[in-house]
Amino acid sequence: MTRLYLERRAVPSRIMGLIAPALALLAMILCAIPMLELAGLAPLATLRVFFLQPLATGNGISEWLLKANPLVLIGLGLTVGYRANVWNIGAEGMYTVGAICAAWVALHFAAGVHHWVLAAMMLAGILGGMAWAAIPAFLKTRLNTSEILVTLMLTYVAQLLLSWLVNGPMQDPQGLNYPQTALFSDSATFSPLIAGMRVNASIFITLGAVVLAWLLLDRSFLGFQLKVSGAAPAAARYAGYAQARLTWVSLLISGATAGLAGMFEAAGPLGQLSPVISPGYGFAAIIVAFIGRLRPLGVLCGGLLLSLLYLGGEAAQMSMNVPAALSRSFQGLLLFCLLATDVLVDFRIRVRT
Amino acid sequence: MDHLLIPLLNGTLVAATPLIFAAIGELITERSGVMNLGIEGMMLIGAATAFGVALHGQPAFIAAIVAMLAAALMASLFALLALGLAVNQYAAGLALTILGSGLSAVIGRQFGASSVTSIAKLHIPVLSDLPLIGQVLFSQDPMVYMALGLALLAWWFLNRTRAGLVLRAVGEAPHSARAIGYPVIRIRYSATVFGGAMAGLAGAYLSLVYTPLWVDDMTAGRGWIAQALVVFATWKPGRVVLGAWLFGGVTVAQLFAQTFGLHVPTQFMSALPYVATIVVLVAISRNPRTLRLNTPLSLAQPFRPDH
Repeated sequence: MTRLYLERRAVPSRIMGLIAPALALLAMILCAIPMLELAGLAPLATLRVFFLQPLATGNGISEWLLKANPLVLIGLGLTVGYRANVWNIGAEGMYTVGAICAAWVALHFAAGVHHWVLAAMMLAGILGGMAWAAIPAFLKTRLNTSEILVTLMLTYVAQLLLSWLVNGPMQDPQGLNYPQTALFSDSATFSPLIAGMRVNASIFITLGAVVLAWLLLDRSFLGFQLKVSGAAPAAARYAGYAQARLTWVSLLISGATAGLAGMFEAAGPLGQLSPVISPGYGFAAIIVAFIGRLRPLGVLCGGLLLSLLYLGGEAAQMSMNVPAALSRSFQGLLLFCLLATDVLVDFRIRVRT
Repeated sequence: MDHLLIPLLNGTLVAATPLIFAAIGELITERSGVMNLGIEGMMLIGAATAFGVALHGQPAFIAAIVAMLAAALMASLFALLALGLAVNQYAAGLALTILGSGLSAVIGRQFGASSVTSIAKLHIPVLSDLPLIGQVLFSQDPMVYMALGLALLAWWFLNRTRAGLVLRAVGEAPHSARAIGYPVIRIRYSATVFGGAMAGLAGAYLSLVYTPLWVDDMTAGRGWIAQALVVFATWKPGRVVLGAWLFGGVTVAQLFAQTFGLHVPTQFMSALPYVATIVVLVAISRNPRTLRLNTPLSLAQPFRPDH
């Protein structure tokens, strides 16, 4: 009887590391075809709307970069933690709190023109995200509580907090009782890079963060410690790395990037807060981190891919009346396929007769 | 007093039921050494499929069975990756949750605002008419009793049967279990699929009885609360029931407080179950020994048998 089995490679394959994400995308598309067929949609036409149509115009490119921005930024922060086996799955909550803090600054200095408001908002967003991340960090390091469940629970709490604020203390007094804040002033919003399009200068900060993340993860001792403590906790303990410190660092960095992403969104395309300020960026960023195979440059590509899925979902919804949730199904499917193809990096398929 | 106490107790039992189903399923999965973070997604798939089947005029028990099958299918997808290919279980579970949430919303878009008839409450002559006791203990829908029966069955299985002992051995020491001839992967696969079926049943209860409506992401974190319950219960079925009642109580109490016009913003009340989850997790995890003594030793660790 012939049987397929996996044999561990002596060293992980570099080439497979590069082509595994592409294989995963291909596998996802193959899985999507019967799914679309079942949903009564023409598969090829839908896929074309999903992947090609959004990038056909200049405005489409602008929207693509705009949506990739929070995904890449959050994905970078999560990458730091996942390398160290710290499972922050509540970036959505940190994003929300970051946006709230940034909005508070924006609304506080609404009158007059201040050049430093955007900088202050960024700081507020970062600090807000870090504060929210400090809760699971404290509970994990001091009280031994699983960060997975705490970060996720805090996401629900953050969303309810936002809902309360935009229905109460932060509601626009002139807003006809709509649950939203006042629009931010011009000095508290990013101005578009190109007139008529929404993409703004915050994407350059994200690009800077990619470089910083690379320096931190691949060129610093701290990055090495994170990697060792994730891959071989016993070795890390033996080497005397302070696990608690690494947990704090991981969570605070992912909180900071998620909070900053929340600020970018609030001060960018949104311009105000309402009860829903994210189409699930914090969760999609988990996929981004994995597609990027926990490497900063990979996260950049992963963010662009997931952003395309979001845009494709919107385009398909508008032109073909496809439910928006289809893109979330594609996201889940993509992560599944990626985990499967990722096995090929460390293993090769052998046939036993 | 009774007009408040009875609905409060009834509400607690009903709110606890989906948590018991999902948490007992996950408990069995985790006892075999597998951590499936996909409960939320499997519950959503269960809720959507059950609602769809019921909407087509099928009786509730058929709807529940279809939900269990659909969620079990999702679980086997997870098992294929996490057990067959031994990939990171956290990541595979998260993929399952994201996929389930998206797929269920795609299925659910055709339901609109339609509703199904909820499963009838039991009425046992004499017993159900007893004051207080009868109205609380003997007047629930059948699934409330099934959930309690399931917990009892899980306890009996784990502690009183040979198969339960094997399952625990696989969770504690997979390599030893394999060495004495037990098919570790196959046992873990079964436990994972069982966990999926129970999550599907929990979802079916939500969409058939609890609301009976379809709303996108209607589980609202209950899958994750069930996950936390397993830790809170230190992997013991009896404690799962206690924990589920506690959470059911908190959920119902905050709903009551909202309707009785307590002057606290509704969002604060709605946040209570999530905050309570964190509080009980902290309470149980604070002592590292409690966790170390009870956590299945090989939990969430990929198992690759040597060739």
